[in-house]
Amino acid sequence: MDNRQKEIDNLKDYKYGFTTDIEDTRAPKGLNEDVIKFISNIKKEPQWMLDFRLKAYERFKQLKEPDWQKPKYPKIDYQDLYYYSAPKSMKDKPKNLDELDPKLLETYKKLGIPLQEQKRLNGIAVDAVFDSVSVATTFREELTKQGIIFCPISEAIQNHSELVKKYLGSVIPVTDHFFATLNSAVFTDGSFAYIPEGVRCPMELSTYFRINASNTGQFERTLIVADKGSYVSYLEGCTAPMRDENQLHAANVELVALDDAEIKYSTVQNWYPGDKDGKGGIYNFVTKRGLCKGKNSKISWTQVETGSAITWKYPSCILKGDNSVGEFYSIAITNNHQKADTGTKMMHLGNNTKSKIISKGISAGHSDMTYRGLVDISSKAKNSNNYTQCDSLLMGNKCGAHTVPYIKNKNSESNIAHEATTSKISEEQLHYCQQRGLSAEEAVGLIVNGFCKEVLQQLPMEFAVEAQKLVGISLEGSVG
Amino acid sequence: MKEQLQKDFDNTIKNLTLSQKDIEIKKFYLDNFINKGFPNRREEDWKFTDLNQIIKKNIGELSFYSDYTSTNKVDTSAFVDGLEHNKIVFINGRIEKIDFDYEKKDQIEIIDQSETINKFNNNSSLSDLNSAFTNKSFKIVVREGYQLTKPLIIYHTTNSKIWSKNINLRLNFELYKNSSLRLIDLFRDTSEKNFLNIFYNFDLKENSILKNYKVDKFENKNIKYSFNNIEQDKNSISETFILSSGSNFCKNEINCNLNGEYSSAFVNGIFSLNNNKHHEIRTIINHLTENTKSYQLIKSVLEDSSRSVYQGKIFVNPKAQKTDGYQLSKAILLNKDSEFNAKPELEIYADDVKCSHGSASGSLNEDSIFYLMSRGLNYQQSRELLINGFLLDVVEKITDPEVKNLIKNMIGIKE
Repeated sequence: MDNRQKEIDNLKDYKYGFTTDIEDTRAPKGLNEDVIKFISNIKKEPQWMLDFRLKAYERFKQLKEPDWQKPKYPKIDYQDLYYYSAPKSMKDKPKNLDELDPKLLETYKKLGIPLQEQKRLNGIAVDAVFDSVSVATTFREELTKQGIIFCPISEAIQNHSELVKKYLGSVIPVTDHFFATLNSAVFTDGSFAYIPEGVRCPMELSTYFRINASNTGQFERTLIVADKGSYVSYLEGCTAPMRDENQLHAANVELVALDDAEIKYSTVQNWYPGDKDGKGGIYNFVTKRGLCKGKNSKISWTQVETGSAITWKYPSCILKGDNSVGEFYSIAITNNHQKADTGTKMMHLGNNTKSKIISKGISAGHSDMTYRGLVDISSKAKNSNNYTQCDSLLMGNKCGAHTVPYIKNKNSESNIAHEATTSKISEEQLHYCQQRGLSAEEAVGLIVNGFCKEVLQQLPMEFAVEAQKLVGISLEGSVG
Repeated sequence: MKEQLQKDFDNTIKNLTLSQKDIEIKKFYLDNFINKGFPNRREEDWKFTDLNQIIKKNIGELSFYSDYTSTNKVDTSAFVDGLEHNKIVFINGRIEKIDFDYEKKDQIEIIDQSETINKFNNNSSLSDLNSAFTNKSFKIVVREGYQLTKPLIIYHTTNSKIWSKNINLRLNFELYKNSSLRLIDLFRDTSEKNFLNIFYNFDLKENSILKNYKVDKFENKNIKYSFNNIEQDKNSISETFILSSGSNFCKNEINCNLNGEYSSAFVNGIFSLNNNKHHEIRTIINHLTENTKSYQLIKSVLEDSSRSVYQGKIFVNPKAQKTDGYQLSKAILLNKDSEFNAKPELEIYADDVKCSHGSASGSLNEDSIFYLMSRGLNYQQSRELLINGFLLDVVEKITDPEVKNLIKNMIGIKE
């Protein structure tokens, strides 16, 4: 118990809050065509990519920032941001890890992400994204043997142009909503993964996002394509330094699953949440969308949201192929002055499609949490099913927990079931645990972990351990 | 529409004796409405139901002026048989009769508020429309400790004399301490293509009980909107039952403020729809203080290409600890073109609460049909039996036995 206590004490403050002092190259401040051309140029992109960006920018100029969400935030001045920031040493791409700036290596070491393959842990292939560029991708050779492509998206645009061209923007088109369109115009880097037909990816693929530079927005783009009959499990982690100002993170993630393919996408989001008084922190406005394009395909989202000043995202599934399955498992924890408006969308278009939503929200301190979800069964989606369960747990009487599900059933052969509960930890449960010798804090930890179990189980092993710890840490000091 | 509104407004106030100041206020509401227009799907509350489009498609041009100088003949054969009751009769929007024959005269007060402007605690464009155009409005007060011996039935009758008209009604009720009122709204329309815009305000004092049953059962092609605002004091109880079935389009809104401790609100509703009907119930229950309770049960049976919408919201104020809130909405879709939309919402700022909601929609359970058919019923009978049982559940929630029987007979639900 002592060790555990020590560990918690160590982690009590945001342990990823350090900054790496490193020289960076930036695009000129502000958003205009020249900046977009600058980004495209520095990435040595083909013409079609630049056209894609400019088309998105044209659209972006016409769009209005949405304001229907529950957590309100001060207006962001999009001309006051840097849209590109990269460590100077990355200007000419290092050929291997030995040439990589030692400062970067050290940063990732501190974050607990092993970039050097000899120090590999459990065999996870990592693509590390530092501000606007991907700094290293591990295990590439082993993956190439199986025909799997896993590399930074900027590289994929050059080397696998046809694949990227075919799928980029096919799930989140350039004409999508405000933040998605902004991302399409200015995205800098991210990961690309392609799993060829019939291949079961032998290891977890993972991206680690790090915002370092101040005054920048991070706009990364991830595209995962699972060809017929393939399987991939993908992890995403994120951290940022502690800063007083709010930083914008507007990523786009697109998943495409063809016939019989399965994609499992897990996120442990631990952006800097701001300090106790709600100062600083990341605005996490992310668009994540998966398309079950083929028959019998499956996409499963699992997320543990503990960080960010404001989280505003709805990972969704478009169930287009017959018999396709969409799943969404989420734990969202808000403490202090954090705010979250998150949930999912399940669009049933094909016959016999199934979806399942399990959402667990925990709010403590002065925080505010909203589950907002849409289940839409179209008139053509015969024999489809949805089951939704969203539970909220409130700790203290200064926080809020809200549930806003939208349910649309247009098909008489389909069923939708939805249930939601909101409560606090019951006195009986607490009493029972304490009676058996646990302290109040431990008892709460135990109960909360039980509350989240259904979702934690969905995470890959290594992540589950980390996530479980995070749940404990995020709620530190909110008991009693 | 603007010129029409202006012209009809001038005609309407000509027949009223209002002070200059009151006319100004009414003008203000009119301008508000002209600015906002009928609600459309861009407004979150009307997301599933675009009233602007519905009026355009079904009615076209509305006129807002009604001539209320001549009386209409009250057809006594239309009154409910077999249940003694007090009456208020509206015909084409004109109050023809108020009688409380069964009650002690000094215990009920009817105040004519037509010449006063009373603000309504709701700032939608429809309440602006209502405030600008209502020409007669009454306040009905039930004195302290008085419990009405017989229910009050409000007959909303329209006949073919009116066409493409907007009718605005408003009633206020005040229930003093320890009093009780049973109120049945009965809609009976033989007219077509009119828009009825009804606003009720209920003020429930300590220990008072309100039971409001809205029955819209008879087939008609009108468009209806009805808003109930209910303010509840300590220990008061409100029970609302809505049978939403007859009109082409109908939206019922209930806004209930539980201001006093131990107050409780119950909303139960049935949608039984066919053809192209489109009905909605939207509820907002505001739990504003400790130990309050609310319960909602809404069931839909949808045939042909009908559509029902349930938007329910439970709001819990930070002060409202020990709140108990529950919402359940269920729907049976009988045709491939029918549609059910729901948005059951919880907004909670207090921690010691028990709030939950459930929603389920789908087709009739094939297993149950098989079970019944294996016992000798034919398909049609089994289906009816199941639907009957499904809806009976809601009717059984009616706490008043007399009214329960009346409603059961009216909609032909058997036990």
